[in-house]
Amino acid sequence: MGSESVKVSTTQSGGRLTFHIAGELDHHGAGALMGRIEERIEALTPRDCVLDMRELTFMDSSGIAVIMRAYRRMNALGGRLFVENVQSQPLRVLDASGIDRMVNISTST
Amino acid sequence: MKEQNCVKIEFPSRSVNEGFARAAAAAFASQLDMTLTELGDLKTAVSEAVTNCIVHAYPDRLGPITMKLRILEPDTIEVQIKDRGRGIEDVERAREPLFTTGGEERSGMGFTIMESFTDTVKVRSRVGSGTTVTMRKKVSRRAATR
Ligand SMILES: Nc1ncnc2c1ncn2[C@@H]1O[C@H](COP(=O)(O)OP(=O)(O)OP(=O)(O)O)[C@@H](O)[C@H]1O
Ligand SMILES: [Mg+2]
Repeated sequence: MGSESVKVSTTQSGGRLTFHIAGELDHHGAGALMGRIEERIEALTPRDCVLDMRELTFMDSSGIAVIMRAYRRMNALGGRLFVENVQSQPLRVLDASGIDRMVNISTST
Repeated sequence: MKEQNCVKIEFPSRSVNEGFARAAAAAFASQLDMTLTELGDLKTAVSEAVTNCIVHAYPDRLGPITMKLRILEPDTIEVQIKDRGRGIEDVERAREPLFTTGGEERSGMGFTIMESFTDTVKVRSRVGSGTTVTMRKKVSRRAATR
């Protein structure tokens, strides 16, 4: 099932750090993803952080914890977090969790 | 409700099996004519229940998880996920939104998601002997095969 695991790459422009998250995000891949996101945020201290979920086809509550942790890290830096290009299944999970009251979520750009 | 078909799968509590369990549930459910949204909801609910076994039931060892899937006449799918792990002390409290014993790695939303993505969620648990979660979901279209 390794092929189904979550993948991440990053791009940076100006003070904006973007994580492109692809595949399926569950507990199996969440720990490594969280580590990678925290490490990059600590190293680059961006003003804005974007989680680009265009290629993310599945997410469960493990993804909510990842977003919340990224949100707290950005908050501690006085920066902002955006979750962008959310597809339909992940959006249903985000809606059920009520996380949109704290974090900026958009479905497409 | 009358049972039309049934499958039972057992696997160890390795996190790599989360994806397997979702895919297996979706493959079995394909004999019902579900919408993509319904299929996504089913996969999400399975993912939550199986992850709970891996993370909470067996926190420091591998143990067996069984997933039983049933198609019930006329158009209902039932998923039962069972572990023989540590059990839940207070089920009512565990089901509350945001309640977690898992710290920063968890959000405490698993049961809430299972409840909102299926029609009924039944939890049976005994401390020291394990937990069984049974979920039923009615699908909007008629059963295509029998
Ligand atoms: N199979 C299980 N065995 C033992 N304890 C469980 C089991 N399932 C759930 N629990 C307990 O119930 C609590 C709530 O579960 P729930 O799935 O709602 O949230 P979580 O797993 O803590 O976080 P999330 O699902 O958002 O990652 C857990 O923190 C755990 O204490
Ligand atoms: Mg959970």
